[in-house]
Amino acid sequence: MTATEEVENTRTQGATTLARASTVRGGAFGRTLVRHAVYALVAIVVLIVLTSALAGTGNTFLNYQLAMVCAYLCATAGLTFLTGINGQLSLGHGALMATGAYGAALTIRALADRGIEAVWAVFVALLVGVLAALVVGAVIGAAAARLRGPYLAGVTTVIAIVVPAITTTFDGIFKGDQGLSFVTPSPGAVPALLSNEEWQAYLGIGCAVLVMFLLANLISSRFGRQFRAVANDEVAAKLSGINIARTQVLAFVVSAGCAGLGGALMAAITQQAAPGAYSLTLSLYLLMAIVIGGLGSLAGAVWGALLLVALPDLSTRITDSLELSPDLAQKLDGNLALAIFGLFLIIVMIVAPGGIQGLVRRLSGRLSARRRSAGS
Amino acid sequence: MSPPTGDPSAADGGLSLRDIGVRFGGLVALEGVSLQVRPGRVVGVIGPNGAGKTTLFNVVCGFVKPSTGSMTVDGRPFQPRPHRLNADGIARTLQGVGLFDHLTVVENVMAGATNEARTGFFAGLLALPGSDREERRLREFAMELLAELGVAAYARAYPQTLPYAVRKRIAVARALAARPRLMLLDEPAGGLGHDDIQELGALIRGLPARGGLNCAVMLVEHHMDLVMSVCDEINVLDFGRLIAHGTPAEVKANPKVLEAYLGADVEEAAA
Ligand SMILES: Nc1ncnc2c1ncn2[C@@H]1O[C@H](COP(=O)(O)OP(=O)(O)OP(=O)(O)O)[C@@H](O)[C@H]1O
Ligand SMILES: [Mg+2]
Repeated sequence: MTATEEVENTRTQGATTLARASTVRGGAFGRTLVRHAVYALVAIVVLIVLTSALAGTGNTFLNYQLAMVCAYLCATAGLTFLTGINGQLSLGHGALMATGAYGAALTIRALADRGIEAVWAVFVALLVGVLAALVVGAVIGAAAARLRGPYLAGVTTVIAIVVPAITTTFDGIFKGDQGLSFVTPSPGAVPALLSNEEWQAYLGIGCAVLVMFLLANLISSRFGRQFRAVANDEVAAKLSGINIARTQVLAFVVSAGCAGLGGALMAAITQQAAPGAYSLTLSLYLLMAIVIGGLGSLAGAVWGALLLVALPDLSTRITDSLELSPDLAQKLDGNLALAIFGLFLIIVMIVAPGGIQGLVRRLSGRLSARRRSAGS
Repeated sequence: MSPPTGDPSAADGGLSLRDIGVRFGGLVALEGVSLQVRPGRVVGVIGPNGAGKTTLFNVVCGFVKPSTGSMTVDGRPFQPRPHRLNADGIARTLQGVGLFDHLTVVENVMAGATNEARTGFFAGLLALPGSDREERRLREFAMELLAELGVAAYARAYPQTLPYAVRKRIAVARALAARPRLMLLDEPAGGLGHDDIQELGALIRGLPARGGLNCAVMLVEHHMDLVMSVCDEINVLDFGRLIAHGTPAEVKANPKVLEAYLGADVEEAAA
């Protein structure tokens, strides 16, 4: 073997820069838990500062939008994990958000009927929303594990259409097209100190950071490697001792839980759950958002969530400024947002196939390379 | 020369196939194939294109269900399922390369050790210290294997950026990460140059003695020089039937084998 090694050594001299792969980052920061907890804390502090700054502008809509970004982020993070990392395409995440939203809405209403309007009712509602989505996710995931590519896309599309339809069919419980509305309990005893929108923003921040923290942990554990291996090559994954079906169901359930939390949050923020908000279009938006943001990257999911709030807002501004007849304006509003999104998707795919996050990574890589060469 | 037909005693150990038959529609891919791979032996499987060699591997791995016959491992009935193979002590390299292109080299090898990873889902989700500890241990184990195969320098690279010969070594490292007692190598020399094949031969010969595992090797290969030099015994398939079995010298001298290779010289047919 020594001769072999000698040959190899001379052959691999060019790659000595890569030779330090076995060095593990030392210290407390080398621990995944510590590292991710530090990131999460920094994010929370920054976002709390941002929330109070936005509250200071006097425009309460800004904090409402921040809360919505957080709700979308739960869903886009879950979807980019499923589609980008585990390779399962889902067009049904809008429906999973709906499941979470209705779960939360029904819980808040049921508790309110019993006279319970304390803040903890919101947390119970979020939990119920997540659990409902986990159950639905497990069912879809079990079916999805047998399907690939276009078949999976087809089945999840059907789910995206069927779930909102269920809410209109059983309108005794779900109140049909107009949906369930309610008042989300808030710590309203001190409204002067904490506006409703600030409270919603804090709720959103807490949930979104939790989702990002847990997904980041999972991705850097052995499960992350298994999720990626299955997406990459199923035969090789099986031969590496990975149970494909179990891995795929697990990924789907985790992703569904994230989408469910996003939906539950959205219900809590908008104080309603109505089928119109969770149509197939939402699923398409989510998918476009993660592709534009950078498929498979949690940071890309943040870009995607920002766009999901910013681009429809932009399209509303455009239609408002055009001074159209109310009828035409209403028609244009919904479709213009989709058109802008589509256009954005095409542009990003041409300019940066790795999405916005891929572009950011490339630019920062170039910057640090320049700094290094300038320093030496 | 005739394949063993009697009951292999459990003491023999290793993998034993009895009367394996596979049909794809009307096509008979394998028929009445019986053979044994004992611990510590390097057993070759050769035959012309389409003879059924890869199908035989697929039967052992559980990708193809045989219509007749049975298998035993160490005397116990063996019903393979691909993702349980490593747990059963069997690892296989794929024809071609078959690495995960989206995983780094060291991650590829770590993936090969999935069978011994114990971190539970919630430990991973919460990044509990046990998860990190296990990851660190697996990484070190993977680095050792990469170093053993002389490709540790590439640990952080992605497979597609690497020379073919290096990738094939990484594939072997990944298979070794499962700590197999039986290695199935499907055309490991395919696409390699003369020097690399020489090194591969030494590597294969060294496998049984490696780590005191007394590992057995089943080798499907078209490169005759390699097969003849590393195998303890060779099975020859032709049109799905086992037509010969014996030492390299016996097989080389067997007229049926020469006939199967269309009367051509065995070494010529390999090229
Ligand atoms: N999944 C399948 N469906 C139908 N026929 C198959 C299938 N797999 C293999 N075959 C056929 O079975 C026969 C044996 O194929 P196999 O791949 O086992 O041959 P091989 O000995 O590995 O050949 P090579 O040396 O070319 O790799 C061939 O005729 C092949 O076409
Ligand atoms: Mg073959």
